[in-house]
Amino acid sequence: MNFKLKIWRQADPKSKGRLVNYEARDISPDTSFLEMLDIINDELTERGEGPIAFDSDCREGICGTCALTINGQAHGPKHPAAACQLYMRSFDDGKTITVEPFRAKPFPLVRDLVIDRSALDRIVQAGGFIAARAGSAPEANSIPVPKHNADLAMEAAACIGCGACAAACPNASAMLFTAAKVSHLAFLPQGAPERTSRVTKMVRQMDAEGFGNCTNTYECEAVCPAEISASFIAKLNREYAIATLRRSAGE
Amino acid sequence: MIGKLEGKIPPGPLEQKWRTHKNNSRLVSPNNRRKFEIIVVGSGLAGGSAAATLGELGYRVKCFCYQDSPRRAHSIAAQGGINAAKNYQNDGDSVFRLFYDTIKGGDFRSREANVYRLAEVSNLIIDQCTEQGVPFAREYGGLLANRSFGGAQVSRTFYARGQTGQQLLLGAYQALCRQIALGTVKMFPQTEMLDLVLVDGHAKGIITRDLCTGEIQTFAGDAVVLATGGYGNVFFLSTNARGCNVTATYRAYKRGALFGNPCFTQIHPTCIPVTSQHQSKLTLMSESLRNDGRVWVPKRTEDCAKPPNPIPDPDRDYYLERKYPSFGNLAPRDIASRAAKEVCDEGRGVGPGGRGVYLDFADAIARLGEDTIRERYGNLFDIYQKITAEDAYKTPMRIYPAVHYTMGGLWVDYNLMSNVPGLHVIGEANFSDHGANRLGASALMQGLADGYFVLPYTLPNYLAGQIGKRPATDHEEFKRVESEVRARVRKLLEVNGDRTLTSFHRELGLLLWDKCGMARTATGLREALEKIPQLRDEFWKNVRVPGEGESYNQSLERAGRIADFLEFAELMCIDALERDESCGGHFRVEHQTPDGEAQRDDENFAAVFAWEFQGNGNMEPPKLHREPLHFEAVHLSQRSYK
Repeated sequence: MNFKLKIWRQADPKSKGRLVNYEARDISPDTSFLEMLDIINDELTERGEGPIAFDSDCREGICGTCALTINGQAHGPKHPAAACQLYMRSFDDGKTITVEPFRAKPFPLVRDLVIDRSALDRIVQAGGFIAARAGSAPEANSIPVPKHNADLAMEAAACIGCGACAAACPNASAMLFTAAKVSHLAFLPQGAPERTSRVTKMVRQMDAEGFGNCTNTYECEAVCPAEISASFIAKLNREYAIATLRRSAGE
Repeated sequence: MIGKLEGKIPPGPLEQKWRTHKNNSRLVSPNNRRKFEIIVVGSGLAGGSAAATLGELGYRVKCFCYQDSPRRAHSIAAQGGINAAKNYQNDGDSVFRLFYDTIKGGDFRSREANVYRLAEVSNLIIDQCTEQGVPFAREYGGLLANRSFGGAQVSRTFYARGQTGQQLLLGAYQALCRQIALGTVKMFPQTEMLDLVLVDGHAKGIITRDLCTGEIQTFAGDAVVLATGGYGNVFFLSTNARGCNVTATYRAYKRGALFGNPCFTQIHPTCIPVTSQHQSKLTLMSESLRNDGRVWVPKRTEDCAKPPNPIPDPDRDYYLERKYPSFGNLAPRDIASRAAKEVCDEGRGVGPGGRGVYLDFADAIARLGEDTIRERYGNLFDIYQKITAEDAYKTPMRIYPAVHYTMGGLWVDYNLMSNVPGLHVIGEANFSDHGANRLGASALMQGLADGYFVLPYTLPNYLAGQIGKRPATDHEEFKRVESEVRARVRKLLEVNGDRTLTSFHRELGLLLWDKCGMARTATGLREALEKIPQLRDEFWKNVRVPGEGESYNQSLERAGRIADFLEFAELMCIDALERDESCGGHFRVEHQTPDGEAQRDDENFAAVFAWEFQGNGNMEPPKLHREPLHFEAVHLSQRSYK
């Protein structure tokens, strides 16, 4: 297969970026999208040109490192999948493919297709945990958790932290990301003691990072490689409302 | 230089050693802990849990990872589960049985005391992770569920769908985040350790490169903890993440730390077979699939190209069930991998290139229904579908062994400290608990055991004597090592030859897979030992590393790692040649039983091989130190899973 590519090149955060044309030739349909970029990079290196910087690590859709906007969609046309799980057989031979980084104001660009997503780490640092010091945990089966709740917690916890939700959202909202963590921990009895402060702090941090608000466009859910449901955003809103009421009631 | 290797195993009966050791270990009082700076390199299950726990205890921790967030460490990709001796299933499990299965699974090449401790703390890990909010699978009554894994006849594996590693890592990551917010841990993402600094023989600092800016930095600490994972990527194709590398442990080796059993590598039996020459990595299908999937190949070679479903049962060879009736499809990984290689070598492999076997769920779907299978393994079937475009609910999966885990690593004593004082090594990066083969669901157990419940107790044994001994980074040793690191980075960029990094890495990987992979021979290893130095010379003459040192440069990152793999590969082959026996994943063709199983030589090789780097710059043969393994609680037997 052959493809024409338009790839975003930008030397550093300060310089001006632009789309540059490349060609990929004789690509097997079983080649992954990132492997195609590997091939182009080796060709560029051989020609003495600078390879395209793009981030990836596990290449099996779980680490959340890869962050490409392909033909205008976060992680490309095949949903649910991370960009690393995209294979060239999903594209028509001879097509032009545009590759850009995830674009959201809180994700500053590092180089070419690489962005800085430390904003997401800071949201978790604000409260996305259960304070359980090693050594003080009770026997695991001493607190039964209804299977239904455990399953819901798992569904929310499956978030891979890639940031596609914010990149796809017209408001650059990270509410799906935040909702997933808030919901995961709120569904479990172990998360109950910090439930109120957790959601308050995480939402505050989310706003401070410059992420926008949710206006129910559901783009986040559509691109999420971990299939996190947008209904968790409703859960987040409920959790936040309860926390606000409790705070105003002086709890 | 280095005298007799002291494992520092505490005296007394096996089941009391850890308790005795904890009682006799030194302590650092709470108000002294904040005077210590601990450097933790790596943020996976071992590093993340260690950094978080040391932070909770009040030490000042600096944690480094090459990824853009500690949540992305490769532990995240572990699928199947984590073992613990809870015996929730009432099926006869116990700490002793978990210990015994682990040491037997490792083909009796690990330390009894370490493995027993691992089994002992396994239960605490489940308590800890549950309390952190890890959403383990549960029964309808709300209690924790278990499943079976290879090499065990009890059901002791805890799991969170097929994403157990992800959930455990996120638990550790969240604990780490809490400490970062509290200020006890300072996190340095996208920062790669490039060398270790020794002051008066003690590990007191590291040299790093900021991967975003290219800045070379120095950090001093009272102790250094390496939790940098395994070296499976020396084979180029493996199930490891692209960035996994040997650099931190190899650099420590070059500074005097002993490397233990480097040839002990694990080839995982259930991976998606290689399909294209440009493939950049291999993907694992969790071993848990073998609970319900049946492994087979056609009996006749002429059936191999046919579609699998119409091949009638009598024409199928369910070779694991045939050869190992009591463990069947749940035979340990090394055995299942070699059995797959054998049938493919006989020409009965399936799929492109004939390097694949079927993993068939038809019987399980007929018995339990598609919904149950979907609930158990849905995400794995999805992964398979994405990569191969095949529906494993309708047609059997094709699988083939791939490099997955490395049991070898830096040598450590019972305190998890290497022979270099102050240098501690935890998780996959050390050699200690899995012997010559790791059982499924034991890597997560070991990583978290080391980080949550072992290192926090053993580290004070070193620290207690070290108050006020942390050097400043303007110490001349820091300057010397830093200038060496800078020179090496410059040298990589200056070669400016014609060959790409990928071409070198791929060539090295193919050579190792061929000569030091699932089956090894003295002749093959000698051949590899001739070719590796040639390839390394060629690398330093002809590699092309584009870009500059002082900027974001992914080629430069890879170049440093591949350069280290090119040296480390030699050490691996030397070790494989020296270990003139078969054991676990190390299969020397010369040493097999009449029915093709690994033939150990306990008289000569019941020992850890720990290698000391020799020479200054030039590669000289490393010096071998042997640590004899003593077995008191278990009887060394020929492993049988029949």
